[in-house]
Amino acid sequence: MSTVATTPLPTLTPKDLSSDQDVRWCPGCGDYSILAQMKKALAGLGIPREKFVFISGIGCSSRFPYYMNTYGFHTIHGRAPTFATGLKIARPDLSVWVITGDGDGLSIGGNHLIHAIRRNVDIKIILFNNEIYGLTKGQYSPTSRIGTRTKSSPQGSVENPLRPLSIAIGAEATFVARTLDVDVNHLTDTLRRAAFHKGAAFVEIYQNCKIFNDGVFEYATDKSVKADNTLYLEHGKPLIFGKDRNKGIRLKGLDPEVVTLGNGVAADDLLIHDEKAEEPSLAYLLSRMVYPRFPECFGVFRAVERPTYEALINKQVEDVIRAKGPGKLEELFASDDIWVVS
Amino acid sequence: MSSVARSVEESPSESHERGGPVRHRVEELDSVVVRFAGDSGDGMQLAGTQFTNASAIFGNDISTLPDFPAEIRAPAGTLAGVSGFQINFSSQDIYTPGDLVNTLVVMNPAALKTNLKDLEKGGLLIVNSDAFTFNDLRKADYATNPLEDGSLSAYRVIKVPINTLNREALKDIRLSPREVDRCKNFFALGLVYWLYERPLEPTLRWIREKFAKNPAILEANTRALKAGYNFGETTELFPVQYRVPKAHIKPGTYRKITGNEATALGLVTASILCNKTLIYCSYPITPASDILHALAEMRRYGVRTFQAEDEIAAVGAAIGASFGGALGVTGSSGPGLCLKSEAIGLAVMVELPLVVIDVQRGGPSTGLPTKTEQADLLQALFGRNGESPVAVVAPCSPADCFDMIIEAVRIALRFMTPVILLSDGYLGNGAEPWLIPDVNALPRIEISHPTKPNHDGQFMPYLRDERLVRQWALPGTPGLEHRIGGLEKEDVTGNVSYDPINHEKMVRIRAQKVANIANEIPPLSVNGPEEGDLLVIGWGGTFGSITTAVNRARRKGLKVASAHLRYLNPMPKNTGEVLRRYKRVLVPELNCGQLLLLLRGRYLVDAVGLNKIQGKPFLVSEIESEIYRLIGS
Repeated sequence: MSTVATTPLPTLTPKDLSSDQDVRWCPGCGDYSILAQMKKALAGLGIPREKFVFISGIGCSSRFPYYMNTYGFHTIHGRAPTFATGLKIARPDLSVWVITGDGDGLSIGGNHLIHAIRRNVDIKIILFNNEIYGLTKGQYSPTSRIGTRTKSSPQGSVENPLRPLSIAIGAEATFVARTLDVDVNHLTDTLRRAAFHKGAAFVEIYQNCKIFNDGVFEYATDKSVKADNTLYLEHGKPLIFGKDRNKGIRLKGLDPEVVTLGNGVAADDLLIHDEKAEEPSLAYLLSRMVYPRFPECFGVFRAVERPTYEALINKQVEDVIRAKGPGKLEELFASDDIWVVS
Repeated sequence: MSSVARSVEESPSESHERGGPVRHRVEELDSVVVRFAGDSGDGMQLAGTQFTNASAIFGNDISTLPDFPAEIRAPAGTLAGVSGFQINFSSQDIYTPGDLVNTLVVMNPAALKTNLKDLEKGGLLIVNSDAFTFNDLRKADYATNPLEDGSLSAYRVIKVPINTLNREALKDIRLSPREVDRCKNFFALGLVYWLYERPLEPTLRWIREKFAKNPAILEANTRALKAGYNFGETTELFPVQYRVPKAHIKPGTYRKITGNEATALGLVTASILCNKTLIYCSYPITPASDILHALAEMRRYGVRTFQAEDEIAAVGAAIGASFGGALGVTGSSGPGLCLKSEAIGLAVMVELPLVVIDVQRGGPSTGLPTKTEQADLLQALFGRNGESPVAVVAPCSPADCFDMIIEAVRIALRFMTPVILLSDGYLGNGAEPWLIPDVNALPRIEISHPTKPNHDGQFMPYLRDERLVRQWALPGTPGLEHRIGGLEKEDVTGNVSYDPINHEKMVRIRAQKVANIANEIPPLSVNGPEEGDLLVIGWGGTFGSITTAVNRARRKGLKVASAHLRYLNPMPKNTGEVLRRYKRVLVPELNCGQLLLLLRGRYLVDAVGLNKIQGKPFLVSEIESEIYRLIGS
């Protein structure tokens, strides 16, 4: 018997992933935590550093690539998914991450977000949702709640907000998750799961903007109320939440309702989370649960397997070359009627 | 008077008898312009294409111009729905589809109304007389029947009941009346084949291949074509048959090629010459979509096509592909170029290779989608925020699209810069013979990527060589991790910098890098005397009309030359010197004077413009008249 030589996987530390640039987010910004957890998550993946590419658009979150000692591309407003798509077609071997925000990803770049997701390009889209435009100094965003008072909505926003996960699930994303900037372990685990997903992964991170929208997610982060306002999803488990773990989500017709366990309501009556459901209906329903009527869900909403866009494109090329052999230019040039002049 | 009309007069009429049921005189001509016109459902584009192929294979020089409506199916029989295809075929070198039409084939009154103005006086007018019913006439806004009211007396009108004759020829084939009528374009084609002694075999072969799975349609089209041909031979309607001898063409293997086909073939060729995967990212738009269609068929050559969700996504994906080390190309027309502006600016800023194709059409806005124009020149040069120089090249003929797209790729890769190729609807859809190149003789495009740090053990993404070009380091290369982006960057390190002096330095470096391309392009050459009274200078698809007009004026003894700019940014280094060798400079353009503005501004020459903005190419006669007006005759 001979022993097979194996190349040891590179062991990266979070520090290996730090660039030499000063981080310039505002003190107290939720982005610091996301940056730290990203490094932690990536360090443990066993992927060499040079294989990571971070691509961003414009906004506070989009400065992210400058702070990672990986390959990075700070592109233009809203278009990061398009650059990531082209890169992934060219280089399926890379681990490509798109960093975006609620303005970048859902307003100016909404179109690209939908299409990258529906094509199932193997990219990880991390959307920092702070429900505000930060870099332009505080205008309401497409996820701002009705009534949000900002410089551009002094009497309160009248626009109905988008739910980022509903958009992603509507586009049939194969991986959809939500996490929080301050829940560091959950954030790391969620990023790690996204990294392992083959296909378009969409992760929404509730992120606090200390300057322009401070405390907008307090209902989900304040220890005194958090347990009653949030629901952490676990695959195959009933939807139970609350400080006393005595509340759950039951289906009434096509709609969810909050019920208290006991008095004839058992755990068996509750919705069971199934992140692998073929149809995105359950995940969509969960994405529509909004505080204060419902607890808001965190964790993996959906994780299904589908072929990736770049794999399908490259397979078409490989198939035709296998069937007919590689093309020769001479044959291509002569593919129309030719004639010889002597 | 056009060259074509003149060549008809100048040609020795050599009459001789020939056998056959009816005796026809045969007249030999240098050059003929035929136009097929009918409803957009009448198959005129197909008839024109087949006639072109047959003429090319016969050995004539050819040049063609399709003209079709923007609507896929305008109401049948209306003026808006008329579709035409013009072909100039010759025993001489020709550069344009011809000014005036010698033989016009019209399938209905609407086609007559919209095309008659281009038929030379005394020209042959072949009319499908079955289509001149009260209703057809009304749809074409004719108050009286032009076939009967004497309004066509200046032309040689031949009335042929094409519907009736075609139905008769196909009567025992089991097809619906509608299917039978759909063959009438082949009847008309067969008739014109006879008139100009074209070989039937190329078209019969095409029919056999195209309809191999549908024997009835195959038989019907074959019979329609032959019936039309035989009708010409047996009828006494045509006293003369014409012969256009083979042209004296450089030996080699040829095919017919449109500009869009040549662009697609050139891209595939370039990808092989630079040993990179071609990733063509595009959003459908007239008149550029044919490039996407052609490349989508070329998976065997390793080509990846990406039909994006919009124009911005297309250019973004192309830049992303470039970042990854592929050959990233995006193609569009003017409205798409507008949308791509910001991303092209990013490629300027980060200095990545990018090839952008603009098949120009009439503008502004949606404009004239199916018509040609040259009005995107200044947009290509300057249509971005900030100081944002890009290289711009323009092919001068359909076949030249092959060479110039390879040039665009070469410049983009060698200088790490976006390059815009300005084609146009006339070049993209027009066709001419193409001398198929020897693949092995084409020069390789040598590209290298760094694998090691370039500065004291570190990698500096904006360290430059003597041409000011930075290195193209690919993601996945260990030790060269770096970040690029749209923010201004510090010289050498590429770190974000808002330093004022650094910004000016970087703006000047990026400009100088693009200017340095002039060291690697050929000088501007002239057709005609090295100095003289007038230089006619143009760019893009006007080459054929300008060259033909100048050659005619020179034959009349005028000291006039022509020059054509295929490199528009930077221009060849000797451009100013060439301009100053002539007393006057004329700049014909299909816009309001965009190259004119550049030449006057850059070289301080008192050039004058000749401008046409009608969605149509220049007639040779239009440029010729302007030459005579400027320097007398």
